Amino acid sequence: MLRVIRNFSKRILKALFRSKENIKLGFYGPPNSGKTSLANRICKDWTGEEIGAVSKIPHETRNVQFKEKVEIKYKGKSLTFKMIDTPGIATRIDYEDFLKYGLKKKASRRRAKEATQGIIDSIKWLDDMDAVIIVLDSAENPYSQVNITIIGNMVARKIPVLIVGNKIDLKKSDVKKIESTFPEYEVVGISARDGTNMDEFYEALYKLTKKI
Amino acid sequence: MVSKNRGKKIRGLSLQVIPFSEVKDLSISERVRKILNLALGNNIVILHGRLRAEEEARLIEDTMAMVDHIKSFKGIELAVIEPNMKNIGLMGKVKHGIAKRLVGDSSALTVIGPATIVKEIRRDPRKIELLLG
Repeated sequence: MLRVIRNFSKRILKALFRSKENIKLGFYGPPNSGKTSLANRICKDWTGEEIGAVSKIPHETRNVQFKEKVEIKYKGKSLTFKMIDTPGIATRIDYEDFLKYGLKKKASRRRAKEATQGIIDSIKWLDDMDAVIIVLDSAENPYSQVNITIIGNMVARKIPVLIVGNKIDLKKSDVKKIESTFPEYEVVGISARDGTNMDEFYEALYKLTKKI
Repeated sequence: MVSKNRGKKIRGLSLQVIPFSEVKDLSISERVRKILNLALGNNIVILHGRLRAEEEARLIEDTMAMVDHIKSFKGIELAVIEPNMKNIGLMGKVKHGIAKRLVGDSSALTVIGPATIVKEIRRDPRKIELLLG
């Protein structure tokens, strides 16, 4: 009986500790939506260091990248996150697509091979997240099956989700389209590159952590 | 349906329809394997019903593993069309929900095409457009 009570209180304490001190925050989305750019923006704002490299060539992030203990202070409150930047999820990988960006055949093939493994890793990591930021390119059509699949998997795992419409600095950007596609979720439009609307993002992030 | 790509014509196109009854008793692995085997054979698969979110994730995972191992396989294009529930009354939604729980979501249609044939699936909630490559 004593052991049952001890285990129960241990679980409660663990859950409390996790939710306040070390929130595993995942960045998910399709390739080239700006997941690493946003993770870099946050890490740079609060730690002075970036999490990974960015590029115009899709699938630049091909390994899951981490930044431990990122403490974000906002309006007198403080939260500590473990940031987990994941490779973009796609249903197709064709090395020939990378040739168009000027990569050599060998480099393109290697990139394609690493990208497939990266997608598998992203999906495997789904089970380990406390909360997830889904980063979408607001200049692209949000109504894609990959986006729906990613969000559906968060719902199935009861992981709180915040949708970010990135690249609002682009002319074609349409955050309202994302909002109408996913009306049940909070959507924040930002530009990770310029740092536009980051205050609104941090506010939404705080609200998100209350759902954990 | 004939489309041109890099000067070549697609001579034939095979659509494989899978009734929901054919997959409803299969495990996740078996369902995904069945779909991917058909896609590997250059079929466009039309599945009555939809996969659960976890199954879709598994489908993507297994697709990537195959892209890694099979030289000519570049992945899949995937889309789900669901009935428009906005115009259905509350009772209709309740009935649909009960039916979904009892027999699975067989009211949706899932389209899965090999990436070598289906270049893109453009979609909105009511229609899909397959761009062949």
